[in-house]
Amino acid sequence: MLKISDVKTYYGNIQALKGINVEIAQGEIITLIGANGAGKTTTLMSVSGIVPPRSGDIFFEGNPITGLKPHEIVELGICQVPEGRHIFPYLTVLENLDMGAFLRKDADGVRQDRDYVFSLFPILANRRHQAGGTLSGGEQQMLAISRALMARPRLLLMDEPSLGLAPLIVRQIFGIIKKINEESRTTIFLVEQNANLALKIAHRGYVMENGRITQTDTAADLLNNEDVRKAYLGV
Amino acid sequence: MNYFLEIFLGGLTRGSIYALIALGYTMVYGIIELINFAHGEIYMIGAFTALIVASVLTLLGFNTLSVFILALVLAVIYSCCYAFTMEKIAYKPLRQAPRLSALISAIGMSLFLQNYVLLAQTSDFLPFPRLIPDFDFMEPYAHIITTQEAVILITTAIFMTILTIFIKFTRMGKAMRATSQDKVMAALTGIDVNRVISFTFIVGAAAAAVGGVLIASHIGMINFYIGFIAGIKAFVAAVLGGIGSIPGAVLGSFVLGWTESFCTGYVSSDYEDVFAFLFLVLILIFRPAGILGRSESNKV
Repeated sequence: MLKISDVKTYYGNIQALKGINVEIAQGEIITLIGANGAGKTTTLMSVSGIVPPRSGDIFFEGNPITGLKPHEIVELGICQVPEGRHIFPYLTVLENLDMGAFLRKDADGVRQDRDYVFSLFPILANRRHQAGGTLSGGEQQMLAISRALMARPRLLLMDEPSLGLAPLIVRQIFGIIKKINEESRTTIFLVEQNANLALKIAHRGYVMENGRITQTDTAADLLNNEDVRKAYLGV
Repeated sequence: MNYFLEIFLGGLTRGSIYALIALGYTMVYGIIELINFAHGEIYMIGAFTALIVASVLTLLGFNTLSVFILALVLAVIYSCCYAFTMEKIAYKPLRQAPRLSALISAIGMSLFLQNYVLLAQTSDFLPFPRLIPDFDFMEPYAHIITTQEAVILITTAIFMTILTIFIKFTRMGKAMRATSQDKVMAALTGIDVNRVISFTFIVGAAAAAVGGVLIASHIGMINFYIGFIAGIKAFVAAVLGGIGSIPGAVLGSFVLGWTESFCTGYVSSDYEDVFAFLFLVLILIFRPAGILGRSESNKV
């Protein structure tokens, strides 16, 4: 479904991605784990077109999307829940959700999806008229995921959904991510520092170090891999 | 009492014009955090366009009302084209550059447009025809408010109402609000950010052109430099109200208009700028973000 082929991305003169290859099949949850500054966020930003790669190619369902504008990439069905949630602080919860459905024309479908995300996260329904900036961190993360779902994405990119949240909320959110994948067959590309949790819900994983992919395997094997356990699982 | 009312309405009229120009400053700042110093020039170009159109149409024998409407519409269209082109040439290539670069580019654009109009037209003040006739039914109130002032107030009110509804309820309006709050996220929800930015410049230019035509017709003369003076005043109004905020810009404009007008009416017109800027300093001491401005604080 998504194929990242020898992608090199730079910030000015600093090379953040040194030729990475990732392949994701329809319906999978793939996780990309690695330390701070390894290039995980850059990978997602390259796919979304916010930081376009300088060389290499990205294919979505066989078609090249390198060089497309971010909004054109969203139109194809690739949505991102960015790191730090990026809630529109002065828009209400409902307006934030509407922004997620910005490109959709089917009002009925949008209403159904709104009910669906409210069923996933009932707390958001209670806060629907509250400004996004007044929500707690956990609620903002729920809203960020819901907003992305409002676009009916075929590929959902998620950047550190566990960042700064209480363990209980993290568990709830990861449960929902698994549920989204199972119920609507949405393909998920999950970037996480919390490798343990990410590998538990993912099918396959990639390990990233200093802008390169160093390992790739099924999630179960990565969980048992001696190097990965030492470096990222803290055992 | 009548004197007070006259001054009050005079300040309101001034404030309306400032508000029409301040909108462009505050909206553009809200979206790309740029003080568009060339915005005053757009207002000036609007006035010049109206002058040329009005002169030609009057020669061709059109009646006053159609001259006014056509001059206004063409001034708006022409100014919008200028603003659109200006953004593409002077600001878009600098989107990723440090903010100071775009600011310098804006100052350069301002000087360029002033001198371009200076060379293409003249440095002298040109008489501007009265595009708004005095209506007979306004005669009894003429000592309080003239037809010109009434038309300025009503036009501004209509423009503001349409703009408010537009920003609150339309798709483009929502896209503008989202873009002003978080540009990266706006792009990630599928908004074409460049289109929103172009559109913002166009709306700002339309408002400024309307202001330019109305005030030129009210005062009766223009030259290439009017944009600079009005631009600075409107910029002050936008800062006073809280730059980035649309209601703030409108409120700031009225506050500035009243300050100037009451100062002229009760003290001396020599001191109007002194009081206006004194007021600005005082407000910024107690509310650094402006009257309705919100201080940035991001939740992590």
